[in-house]
Amino acid sequence: MMLARRRFLQRLGHTGLAALTITSGLLPRVVRAADTRPAFAAEAIADALKALGIANPTKSDAIRFKAPDIAENGAAVPVEVESTLPGTREILLLVEKNPHVMSASFSFPDGTDAYVATRVKVAESSLIHAVVKTDAGAFYTDRLVKVTLGGCGG
Amino acid sequence: MSDPMRIRAAVKGEKVEVKILMSHVMETGQRKDAEGAVVPAHYITKVTASCNGRDVLSADWGPSVSKNPYLSFRFKGGAKGDKLKVTWTDTAGDSRSDEVSIG
Repeated sequence: MMLARRRFLQRLGHTGLAALTITSGLLPRVVRAADTRPAFAAEAIADALKALGIANPTKSDAIRFKAPDIAENGAAVPVEVESTLPGTREILLLVEKNPHVMSASFSFPDGTDAYVATRVKVAESSLIHAVVKTDAGAFYTDRLVKVTLGGCGG
Repeated sequence: MSDPMRIRAAVKGEKVEVKILMSHVMETGQRKDAEGAVVPAHYITKVTASCNGRDVLSADWGPSVSKNPYLSFRFKGGAKGDKLKVTWTDTAGDSRSDEVSIG
């Protein structure tokens, strides 16, 4: 009798453990579902830019970057970028303190203005970088956005 | 199926000004629900726009574009009555296209 009970418990233990292993083995995969695009998986701005083939962009005043100094809601921070640099092909938005820095990239075929306006999430007070890819290399400017309510909740 | 985008495209001088509001959760995969379970990532990764079949914008997005994304841009060479088509694709493989006449 005792033995049977014991065996039963042992078996239960094994299956229980197996179930746990399966679940814990699966969970991180589901949860992490990491973006397969290297730039979007990067945790540092330099790494994200490197993944896009950009090294050491030059700071430029020819990029107009509008973002609020203080954002009450980090879940939706309005940003507007316009480049007057000739041959602008792409505008990238990167949020330095976000878990993954790369937010968005926009590419402009001939005839489309080097301009974009959108809203991004900012997890905590952070520099936001606007990087511009042109025929003559990469340029950037940045703005510090202070967030009173983090953007990861929404 | 997701809700339609709200697209406004209007001729302003020699350019067409486009404003788009998409309906999407833009779930980052970092957030937890009331039970503490992580809400799986689900966000738009690609957006394209074309005017009468000519590409006028393409964008790659990560999870940190805000929920119900807003996007505005401008392009030359569009006229009243031209068709502006916007398409997005997300991490679940879903996609949605909406089209408006430029006003």
